[in-house]
Amino acid sequence: MNNHGEQRGRIAGFLRGRVWSLTGLGILIGFLGLPALGLAEEAATASAAVAYRDIPQLGGSRNIIWVVAQLHLLLGGFVLGVPIFAWVCEIVGWKTGEKRYDKLAKEFTKLLTSSYATTALFGGILLFLLIGLYPKLMAYLTDVFFPAFVLYCVLFLVETVTLYLYWYGWDAMPDGGLKGLHLFLGFLLNVFAFFIMIVPNSWATFQASPVVITEGSSLARAWAATWNPTWWPVNVHRLIANVVLGGFICGAYAGVRYLMVTTAEERNHYDWMGYVGNFIGVFGMLPLPFAGYWLMREVYQYNQQMGITLMGGFLSWLFILQAMLIGVLFLGANYYFWLGITYRIPGAEVKYRRPIMAMLVILLLCLGVWMTPHSLVASLEEARKLGGTHHPLLGVFGVMSAKMTVANLMILVTFMSFIMYWRAGKQETATWAKVARAVMGGVLGVAALVVIVLGVWGYFVPAITRINYFSVAQVLIVLFVLLTITPLTAVLLRSAKTTSEMVWGRMPPRAGYALVLNAVMVILLMTLMGYARSSSRVHWHIYGVMRDSSQYAYSPALGYAAAFMSLNTFLFCLMVAFIFWVATMGDKGKASIRGAKS
Amino acid sequence: MKGSVLLKPILLLVGVYLVLKFVLPLFTAPLPASLIFLYLALTAAGIMIFETLSGQSTEAFFGPIFAFLSGKGQTGPMKAARLAVLILFPLLVGWQTYISTAPSDQPPAENRTIHPAPPGEFVGLSNPVPNTPENVMAGKGLFAAFCSPCHGKFDGKGPAAKGFNPPPADFVDSGTIAQLQESYVFWRIKKGGVGLPVEGMPWKSAMPRWEVELKDDQIWKIIMGEYDGAHQKPRTWE
Repeated sequence: MNNHGEQRGRIAGFLRGRVWSLTGLGILIGFLGLPALGLAEEAATASAAVAYRDIPQLGGSRNIIWVVAQLHLLLGGFVLGVPIFAWVCEIVGWKTGEKRYDKLAKEFTKLLTSSYATTALFGGILLFLLIGLYPKLMAYLTDVFFPAFVLYCVLFLVETVTLYLYWYGWDAMPDGGLKGLHLFLGFLLNVFAFFIMIVPNSWATFQASPVVITEGSSLARAWAATWNPTWWPVNVHRLIANVVLGGFICGAYAGVRYLMVTTAEERNHYDWMGYVGNFIGVFGMLPLPFAGYWLMREVYQYNQQMGITLMGGFLSWLFILQAMLIGVLFLGANYYFWLGITYRIPGAEVKYRRPIMAMLVILLLCLGVWMTPHSLVASLEEARKLGGTHHPLLGVFGVMSAKMTVANLMILVTFMSFIMYWRAGKQETATWAKVARAVMGGVLGVAALVVIVLGVWGYFVPAITRINYFSVAQVLIVLFVLLTITPLTAVLLRSAKTTSEMVWGRMPPRAGYALVLNAVMVILLMTLMGYARSSSRVHWHIYGVMRDSSQYAYSPALGYAAAFMSLNTFLFCLMVAFIFWVATMGDKGKASIRGAKS
Repeated sequence: MKGSVLLKPILLLVGVYLVLKFVLPLFTAPLPASLIFLYLALTAAGIMIFETLSGQSTEAFFGPIFAFLSGKGQTGPMKAARLAVLILFPLLVGWQTYISTAPSDQPPAENRTIHPAPPGEFVGLSNPVPNTPENVMAGKGLFAAFCSPCHGKFDGKGPAAKGFNPPPADFVDSGTIAQLQESYVFWRIKKGGVGLPVEGMPWKSAMPRWEVELKDDQIWKIIMGEYDGAHQKPRTWE
């Protein structure tokens, strides 16, 4: 009896202790349910063919979609980018026999599995919200893309199964033929991930550059709509951007872990992981401007109005912001390389100080040109002195010829930063080393010179000559440099003597912060360009086909948009931090058990 | 030695500022404050990056700053200097905040859109007038009659140009008509400054609405003459 009484007392005490929490929870649920009341009220009065629904209590339908779609896209970018280099790392580990690569690949995949569910969850939320808030648009898109929707579901299914097998089978397939099978699963994972990316890309690009055919089967209509003018440029741009995003986020994760670790072993591991993350980010960043240029070119060619809205119209200021963010990213990535040289390679600081200074000056000069707008922000008094808003001397920096030139030069400098890092602490012993170095120096010097000459020449030729030939030539020259110097350096270093062994775990805390900064810059960039891509449709849901007739059929002001970009970046960082915290909770538990045993 | 490490960056920043603010205007138009700020921010970022590349350089750069601000072992003029910095710096920040937020009779800086997107009906139009020497000459004649008072010999320096702010466009400059398709130029001539969309605001263009006085084919001829006279080619995709 007594026991029963005690138990009842305990239960009552438990409930009393939680009564405030439960009341709070009830209020919260009630508060969250308020918009539903609004919806219910609206639904009762609405006719059968509702074009729009709204939840003004939560900021309005467009803002809700903006946040959810951006978060889904960022999560999707991470989830589809990480498998690429996780798989490559696994292959490297398998081929070289170095276990640390396998461990790294597994750690990347761990981050992937924990983010995958959240990505799918946000995809589901986005879908429900779109169906609920934009029923007319979704009905139209469903009518056009229904076969693609089915395909997407199938792809999602096989991707999920493959991911489970890839992750949970990691330790069960450690070597031999089983490892081969595991690698094949990794390959399949990437193939499915690629298709998961390009299928919904076709829906979004269809909205910007629609191809509508009224005749033919539903499959033929879906296929025509899928193969629209901006589909492949967006596919390529996003594929590369996902690698960049994934690389820099993994780098930031390593940076944060590096700042928190207590043991030397972990310190070394996360220092190395940070280096790999930064390397992957930079590796993707080098071709990214080319892909972006191609996309913008296709947009311009598809529709002059859309092209001008983006590059010369009211959205053109976004590209100055973009230049600033990319500039910080280039500086951050190079800074991390340079810190690696001076901290990880004993005695390298004095040797590389001057080359680093030269590269920094070139980067800053290029950045100065890239960030100089065509139309300057000037007060009335300043504009009067200028004789307009175009500066007679610096105005030449405002057009694409200058921007393309400096973007290519910055890529070359960043590439050389990496090469310098690679070669630091080693002495080439090959008999032909001197010749190889001269060839590399010559190739780099001539390439930089030709890029500049083409950039200047670009002012004196018709725009189409510059776009079709000069800009393409600049890109090809830079790619040529990348593709000649990289293998040459690899061969040269094969026989090189190590003079200073690389010491991991010696980076200062600011290196970790630099990695975090790079990740934040990439996220901000994606939110910025997401707004640009979406806003370029102006008052159209589907450009030229379905007009936006809602109360939100206007382009938000740049300041307002910037606030949303920051909000999305903040929310995404918050979410990623939470997901990674959850993912690594088990590690801490295991570590403490190991510590207790030892 | 430590002082010189700090002195170089300070001299560099001051030097860059002096060149941008006072030396450059000796050769060309002065730079707006927004651009000077941008370039100074880049210089400062460069200094911070370079000086924090190693532990030694970081210590050499920040050591004197921290030592000065902490005030440890300071006597005499250094102590007074520290006090002066600690008092004057917040005052400077306050003053800067005040002047940037206080009401002023000066209009705000403009970030107007020079090339707003054209309306749909002007997108993708191609010049219907054949590009023959006669039509080009006719276009140049029309240009001389209607456009040259402001746009001069295609360089934006006509006799009336000085009366306008912003000044008439310089077509020889590769950043103007060379970047545009003919349909865009047709829209600008036909509808003029008053025909600009809202996104082009605040627009003070004095460009007349030539559709009132010129026929479409005359405008197309002017466009041909304009490109030919300015030695430019319109943007095309072929």
